[in-house]
Amino acid sequence: MTRAQMIATIVLLSPLAAAPAFAQETPVPGSQAEAYWDKDEFKASQDALKREHGGGTNYMILADRLEYQSGEGSPALLLEGQGWWGTDDSRLWIKSEIDYDLDAGSFEEAELQALWSRPIARYFDLQAGVRHDFEPGPSRTYAVAGIQGLAPYWFEVDGAVFLSEEGDLSARFEAEYEFLLTQRLVLQPRTELNFAAEDVPELETGAGLSTAELGLRLRYEFDRQFAPYVGVNWKASTGETADFVRARGEDTETLSFVTGIRLWF
Amino acid sequence: MLTRRHLLRTAAAGGVLAASTSLLPAWARSATAGNKGIFETRGNAFDLTIGHSAVKIAGRSGHAITINGTLPGPLIRFREGEKVTLKVNNTLDEDTSIHWHGLLVPFHMDGVPGVSFPGIKPKSTFTYEFAVPQSGTYWYHSHSGLQEQMGHYGPLIIDPAGPDPVQADREYVLVLSDWSFEHPHKVFARLKKDAAVYNFQQRTAGDFLKDARENGLGATLADRASWGAMRMSPTDISDVTSAVYTFLINGHATEDNWSAIFNTGERIRLRIINASAMTIFNFRIPGLPMTVVAADGLNVQPVETDEFQIGVAETYDVIVSPTRARPFALVAESIDRSGQVVATLAPKAGLVATAPLLRERPTLTHRDMGMDMSSMDHGSMAGMDHGGMGGSAMSGMDHSAMSGMDHGAMAMPASVPQGHDHRMGVGVDNVAMVQVSRIDEPGLGLESVPHRALRYSQLRSLTPNPDTRAPGREMEIHLTGNMERYMWSFDGVKLSEVTGPIMFHEGERLRVTLVNDTMMTHPIHLHGMFFDLVVGDTDHKPRKHTVIVKPAERISFDVTADHVGDWAFHCHLLFHMHAGMMQVVSVVPRGAAAGADDPYRDHTPSATPPTDEPPPKEAPMSGMSHEGHR
Repeated sequence: MTRAQMIATIVLLSPLAAAPAFAQETPVPGSQAEAYWDKDEFKASQDALKREHGGGTNYMILADRLEYQSGEGSPALLLEGQGWWGTDDSRLWIKSEIDYDLDAGSFEEAELQALWSRPIARYFDLQAGVRHDFEPGPSRTYAVAGIQGLAPYWFEVDGAVFLSEEGDLSARFEAEYEFLLTQRLVLQPRTELNFAAEDVPELETGAGLSTAELGLRLRYEFDRQFAPYVGVNWKASTGETADFVRARGEDTETLSFVTGIRLWF
Repeated sequence: MLTRRHLLRTAAAGGVLAASTSLLPAWARSATAGNKGIFETRGNAFDLTIGHSAVKIAGRSGHAITINGTLPGPLIRFREGEKVTLKVNNTLDEDTSIHWHGLLVPFHMDGVPGVSFPGIKPKSTFTYEFAVPQSGTYWYHSHSGLQEQMGHYGPLIIDPAGPDPVQADREYVLVLSDWSFEHPHKVFARLKKDAAVYNFQQRTAGDFLKDARENGLGATLADRASWGAMRMSPTDISDVTSAVYTFLINGHATEDNWSAIFNTGERIRLRIINASAMTIFNFRIPGLPMTVVAADGLNVQPVETDEFQIGVAETYDVIVSPTRARPFALVAESIDRSGQVVATLAPKAGLVATAPLLRERPTLTHRDMGMDMSSMDHGSMAGMDHGGMGGSAMSGMDHSAMSGMDHGAMAMPASVPQGHDHRMGVGVDNVAMVQVSRIDEPGLGLESVPHRALRYSQLRSLTPNPDTRAPGREMEIHLTGNMERYMWSFDGVKLSEVTGPIMFHEGERLRVTLVNDTMMTHPIHLHGMFFDLVVGDTDHKPRKHTVIVKPAERISFDVTADHVGDWAFHCHLLFHMHAGMMQVVSVVPRGAAAGADDPYRDHTPSATPPTDEPPPKEAPMSGMSHEGHR
């Protein structure tokens, strides 16, 4: 008998030698170890094994823009952030945008969305839920349906439609791109477009494209999670929305310089 | 004062840093701490205590989970065929386990909670008992939670029952690993939030300008556009890099300078084990050729080389015979070349070898994405049979790289356009449309090194394969993932979603073909059985427990389902496993009622057993819906 044959023989025999005398019932594939151990304990470890390998729950909190804006308009503090919690299949997604006017000492905008998010394609999630605008008044609640994800050529995009409790329909589209100038110096162009289906005088919004925003931010990632930045932001009201703004005696276009921090954890 | 000690140990469960003087186990010590390359004796009974320890790595303190208080753990050494008893005392507040990697133990002794046993409960003792019919270099590690990544691993050597065909004057064990001062759960959580969080070798504006100068603006734009369109990155090689890892040899970082001594003219056996969590290494000793004598524990016909890529969980034994009395650098460089660890092999203790500079990072190509139409085997596209060898049709292949290969015995055409009979959910970001045989390639980044680099196709078992039957059926398993979402799976199904095991039937011989649809290199490990890597028509196929599957690669192994039980089958990149890239292979005993709804039973009628000929020309296109194996 060669050594290889001997090994083969031992290998073939070893499970027989190991088989317990009481393993009479037909083994269940994938649960054959039940015959050797406490059934309930083993079952619990099987469940844990599945849960721990792909079934985990994670979260993220991202302050994409936490910045001070100064320039043509009155200085302002802005926070745009989002966070999620959940599994690969199902997540609670929170988004918020808060704009505080430092001169007026009041909130220009305070919006909170709570969405349920589910992946529908390799790079896209379907999101649905509610949005509540605390400011500008009168406060409004909306139903939200949107898609967020990564478009070809690495554009981060987020598009959503909103239906208010008054039946007004509006939509928003955001896109960002990241140019790596170096491994840590990142130039981020960004755009946000808001649309309305009809005039909503209480909210000083006109039908069509209501506001457009373009930003360019240069950040330095000390690590990926902490990155101070500087940049410019241009915001314009258009069409009838611009008329409302003009009627208030404000500029329809503002160019701001921004300094802020992007961070996540 | 500076000491050469690298580990401070605490009382096992105390967690208080005590200025203990205890050293590493003898095998892991540096020559300066008395390691002469001659080992402590074997045993048949081992006491292993799992606990928390404070460790000092590269001068910095960290928290580890250790076996008997050291990182790595003690060397377990016994003789082939002898019964061993391993008593494991768990002092942790959580479950633990030890898996004997590569050992043919009875499956309920294999140490995988939820597959082979329920795990070892906190503050309890579990006794493993087995005898194994094998010898060679192996290792052991936790299969619970993410404990292995925190130091819960060690080497294991089984001496042959008879004379060892590999003779050496000295031997050293080199356990390669990646240490993170950050808790692995945190590292994983970061990857879930931003999969590129640790990649600081991405292509930048500077690279764009450089490429535009070299290749022209048009070509560079086209290149960036093609990667951008796929939302893939050619620099996505390692998920976790030196940005968080300190790479270790025997628990020593480069600055800790682990060293080994030799006398000129001696044969030194190095038993190299990659015990990393996430790091595939390139291993070389500049100026010193290595003769590979064993792979994954089992002896192979000696083959001389200058460098090899070692996947996580693989082991290689090499013989080196320095003829010049000077220090040599033992270099383990991470596959993405973000970092390396260097140790010293020198004529006397106290020397430090000069570390080579890190080499330029490799980048992935469209071939790695499975998109390289230029290398496609046009013959097989047209459904032509060309005698088992696609050579004449392999327009994109470098024929000079094939010298020394038995062309008639090539396992498959160089590339095959294939269908994908697996779930295409959100967890699958890519499928390899053009799958390539890469068994004759040394691995990412080693294709163009100016010296020899080992290829799997060079390996031949020293002894004839124990089972040379032609496989009775073939199954195909795809390695799948979505880098952006950091999801990893087999056939698009994470373990958390799997409804039943992969079925093997006792005594059958089958061929398993792995297809890597991702752009990453995956070391795939099957517990409980050695498999014979299909390197050609030979009865000396190399027998392994872990195989590297390169991006877009199609690779096959034949395996005899001779070991009844349930066995873990997974990617040994531990975060890929944690994300779901794991399944259970169930070898059911003869006569057991099983397999009635086994989809693989139907894939290949047993009337046409696969051979070492090319696979069928028609791609299996039968649906894209199956939800896993049963």
